[in-house]
Amino acid sequence: MRTRNPLSLAKTGGLLLLVAVGITMLYPLLWMVGTAVKTNDPEALLREGAGAGVFPDDRNILRNLFPPVWHWENFPEVFRVSPFARYYFNSAVIALVVTAGQLATSSLAAYAFGRLIFRGREKIFFLYLATLMIPASVTLIPLFIMMSWAGLVDSYFVLLVPPMFSAYGTFMLRQFFKGIPDELEEAACIDGCNALMRFVHVVLPLSGPALATLGIFTFLGNWQSFLYPLVMVSSDRLKTIPLGLLDFVDQNSANWPLLMAASIWSILPVIGIFLFGQRFFVSGTRLGGVKG
Amino acid sequence: MRNKPLTPWLFLAPSVLGFAAFTLFPIVFSLALAFCAWDLFRPPRWVGWDNFQQLLGFTVREAPSIPPGLGVILLAVCLVLAAGVILRLRGGVRLGLAVGIAAVAIFVLLQFLEPVNERFWYYTGNTFYLLLGLPLSMACSLGLAVLLNQTIPGRNLFRLAFFLPSIVGGVGIYLLWKWIFNTDYGLINSVISLVHPAGGPAWLESRAWAKNALIIMNIWATAGGANMVLYLAALQNVDPQLHEAACLDGAGKWHQFLAITWPMVSPTTAFILIMGIIGGFQGGFDAAYVMTRGGPAGATTTLSYFIYENGFRYFYMGRAAAASWILFVMVLGLSLLNWKWMSSRITY
Repeated sequence: MRTRNPLSLAKTGGLLLLVAVGITMLYPLLWMVGTAVKTNDPEALLREGAGAGVFPDDRNILRNLFPPVWHWENFPEVFRVSPFARYYFNSAVIALVVTAGQLATSSLAAYAFGRLIFRGREKIFFLYLATLMIPASVTLIPLFIMMSWAGLVDSYFVLLVPPMFSAYGTFMLRQFFKGIPDELEEAACIDGCNALMRFVHVVLPLSGPALATLGIFTFLGNWQSFLYPLVMVSSDRLKTIPLGLLDFVDQNSANWPLLMAASIWSILPVIGIFLFGQRFFVSGTRLGGVKG
Repeated sequence: MRNKPLTPWLFLAPSVLGFAAFTLFPIVFSLALAFCAWDLFRPPRWVGWDNFQQLLGFTVREAPSIPPGLGVILLAVCLVLAAGVILRLRGGVRLGLAVGIAAVAIFVLLQFLEPVNERFWYYTGNTFYLLLGLPLSMACSLGLAVLLNQTIPGRNLFRLAFFLPSIVGGVGIYLLWKWIFNTDYGLINSVISLVHPAGGPAWLESRAWAKNALIIMNIWATAGGANMVLYLAALQNVDPQLHEAACLDGAGKWHQFLAITWPMVSPTTAFILIMGIIGGFQGGFDAAYVMTRGGPAGATTTLSYFIYENGFRYFYMGRAAAASWILFVMVLGLSLLNWKWMSSRITY
């Protein structure tokens, strides 16, 4: 044992506690994987014993975490028994388009609010801020009625266009844009750049992290969005993954391995984005929270 | 920055148009809707305050459960006490006393009045009950942040592991927890049956335990997430000299936490609490819809679920709109209260 950097007793205790908490936090997710590779097939259960299923005789959660034989076929099975590929496509397209749209509209408006001078700026911005307090359920009902008047309920339009505008995104980016030093834009001004050129060539390139953070959170929010599509969409063709999963539950109610396999499919992209964009998650939580 | 007068409006145009069409107009619409009765099939009918009356109103009980004479006396006592508290508030009368008197007064009044819509109050109670998870989750976040705020091996790995539950979410995770709370073969009851052969409660199928199950799930999902990161950032801003000085004065770890750490992170606590109340009070729909459908017997129905059911299942558009405005006023009131209460306690 090396004694160069000995851990004190308290620190060792803390470390053990952290390990315990970490295991507790991750065990449900491990259990999800373990359930997904079990089976509900009566023949397989006879062959491999009750431990291969989700209703084992032995209830020790350590011993029955994983089955004796891993049934990977549950994962492709999800796509065979339901239009999951369609749901995946819808979710991906909607999340991507809405994110791109929100970044575009929010950053343009944030530039005007944060860096341009015009009459009524503070008043309009206050209006944006005021609506942040209003619950989504207030606007959902009238929005549904408006969309049904326009005959747009149950269409890609309703899934793509209304969510593209975000008061929160505008607010967040405005705060960031305000922090960019004026001198940079002044220099560009002297070089003959108009506002659009300054926005594209000076402000946007300096705002990479803020845009990435907003983009990631918007993407995840839309990927997991449930109530809005639930209200607005009813045909299979337009359903997103959360809605598809719910149908899946109705059709395979006790087939936990298949349900868990489908659930894993639904969170895989999220985990991928998380591992890829870790630093933006940390910075994102700080954007609103730190006070001087 | 100098610019042509039209330029800012070109930048604003897409956002403002969308904002006006999909946020501002619906808000105004919703306000009007709250005073109408409308099922989308027949034309809407103006009903004034009826929707609010149906949700919040009280009627006089036909048979009061305590004798009216006694009730009047109790109410009078409450009024006198309340007047006393108000008059002596500057003399440092405890807030607790005022709350106690209010509780007794409400109790007495309820002997004479009964709510028009008992379910609505029950669901409001559910929403408040679920908010109890917030302080628990915050305590976990702070605890984890304190543990992580020292030089230990694998710090970043821990942070990643704790953060993961907060980032995976949505229907898939609610399904996972529905399975975890399964009475006979779920993860939690399997663990309980190891130490307690009679097994655990029926969680999501039990009126008494369903809300607690949702709270447990929420703690799992939020304890290690953004709140922990915020606390960690706040802890890193605490000057280590403060702890050294306290150490020299012979203060123990717990004492140091109470006297230094807790006050120093109080702005963060206030921020998390306010955001948590705003979010939590409006929330609860997704989990309830996927895991329990608001049941058993309405035990997990929150206000947002109530609004959804009225609007999109029964097509009581007006009543749903009215309920959503009541929700808004409650959130606003709670945030203001919280703000007032915290601002006297925050140490900057």
